[in-house]
Amino acid sequence: MPIPLEIIDLSKTYDSKEAVRNISFKVNENEIIGILGPNGCGKTTTIGMILGLLKPTGGKVLIKGLEIEKQRVDLLNELNFISPYIELPKKLTVKQNLEVYGRLYDVKELKKKIEYLCEKLRLNEFINKNTGELSSGQKNRVSLAKSIINDPSVLLLDEPTASLDPETGDFVRSFLEEYQKEKKTSILLASHNMSEVERLCSSVLMMNKGTIIDEGTPEELIKKHGRKNMEEVFLKLTRDLL
Amino acid sequence: MYGLFLRHFYLIKSSLPRVLDLIYWPTIQIILWGFISKFFSIYSDYYSNTLGIILTCAILYDILFRSSISFNMLFLEEIWSRNFTNLFIAPLKLREIIASLIFTALIRTLIGLVPAIILTSPLFGVSILKLGFPLLILFLSLYIFGITLGLFVSSGLMRFGPSFENIAWSSLFLLAPLGCIYYPIEILPNFFQIIAKGLPLVYIFDETRNILLNGVVNYENIKQAYLLNLVYLIFGIYLFYFSFLKARVKGTLINMGE
Repeated sequence: MPIPLEIIDLSKTYDSKEAVRNISFKVNENEIIGILGPNGCGKTTTIGMILGLLKPTGGKVLIKGLEIEKQRVDLLNELNFISPYIELPKKLTVKQNLEVYGRLYDVKELKKKIEYLCEKLRLNEFINKNTGELSSGQKNRVSLAKSIINDPSVLLLDEPTASLDPETGDFVRSFLEEYQKEKKTSILLASHNMSEVERLCSSVLMMNKGTIIDEGTPEELIKKHGRKNMEEVFLKLTRDLL
Repeated sequence: MYGLFLRHFYLIKSSLPRVLDLIYWPTIQIILWGFISKFFSIYSDYYSNTLGIILTCAILYDILFRSSISFNMLFLEEIWSRNFTNLFIAPLKLREIIASLIFTALIRTLIGLVPAIILTSPLFGVSILKLGFPLLILFLSLYIFGITLGLFVSSGLMRFGPSFENIAWSSLFLLAPLGCIYYPIEILPNFFQIIAKGLPLVYIFDETRNILLNGVVNYENIKQAYLLNLVYLIFGIYLFYFSFLKARVKGTLINMGE
């Protein structure tokens, strides 16, 4: 069984600035890996290379054993992504947006799929509203629906609960747990919410200045660094390297 | 009040493209109307049916304008709505993106133009349909050049990001004086004539005037226009692919939505 996501010696240099330097890790089936680090540590660049939006300077991104650089378009069917920095067209209704992306990902039985997503993510009450008129919590749920419309083997989540109120944030986390168990999706989660990482991730990669500086399960990292929680581990590791 | 003035003044002062943009529009307008005035002062009896020819040329120019702007708008709307990244992580081949933009630009162009074409007949007694079958050939040629310009601008947007947006709006107006829409190429100074001969527009509009004035079709002009169109289109497609590769190296695609 090929590994859903494997990163080997991945590097990215912009002009003379090294954004990511020789990182390697993998995300197995039915696993959520957290990727933590301060702003500018290379998380977004890594995600960009996994999605084929950025060309690596060195190393490989393998999706189910196949290199994204060689089969970008085919492998994009296996991936999807959600980020608070990316939105869906505001003038389209929620239903229209899901239809558009369902077609772009060539989803079979699209109508049923949209009904399923609307039910699971509670989108029915605003399904015919323009996406631009929704609250940030509602928009987030619609973006989440778009990100799983193709049942991706690898789901990339960039701060999926940023700017959400605690209730909506908890709803999204619970949904992700349930969805991941049901579909056995491999998830790479970049987040600044440490309790979220502790709750969802089986393993964590700590990044700083483009490299992985530590890794392990949240419990292992807390124990290893003699701290009470992941937030303290994060602060220790990033301050040690200043 | 002074504070608000400063807010805009700092913006203009810090951005050369903004300053150039302010200079660009009046300059182009003056050049275009300068050539039109020169033409009418020298050849006041050139057109026996001036209104019909000018209006037909204006509508034909709008085909170019609408098709190019439509292509650019489709691209810009993805940037403005911060949906750009979503589009490029969907399993779409570049040729599929280009094909869908070309088709959608055609629909947008027709939606904008058909009412205008219908209105000119009752309002001014002018019908572009008088051109007959050659209208289809001229329309297609202008449409191809319009989407080619769209490809150039979209390539720039992909490579340089939203700061390239102003070029999207201004590129077409730059071509207006050189395209010889309302006057023959001879009206341009020699240096501009050399540049103009490299544009399919000169041949298309020369042929439009020829058909309306003489009632015959010079296929040499049409052949020349299509040949140039083909060269530009191939280059436009190449540039789109090249810009995509460069954007992946530079990281423009991932930063576009932020």
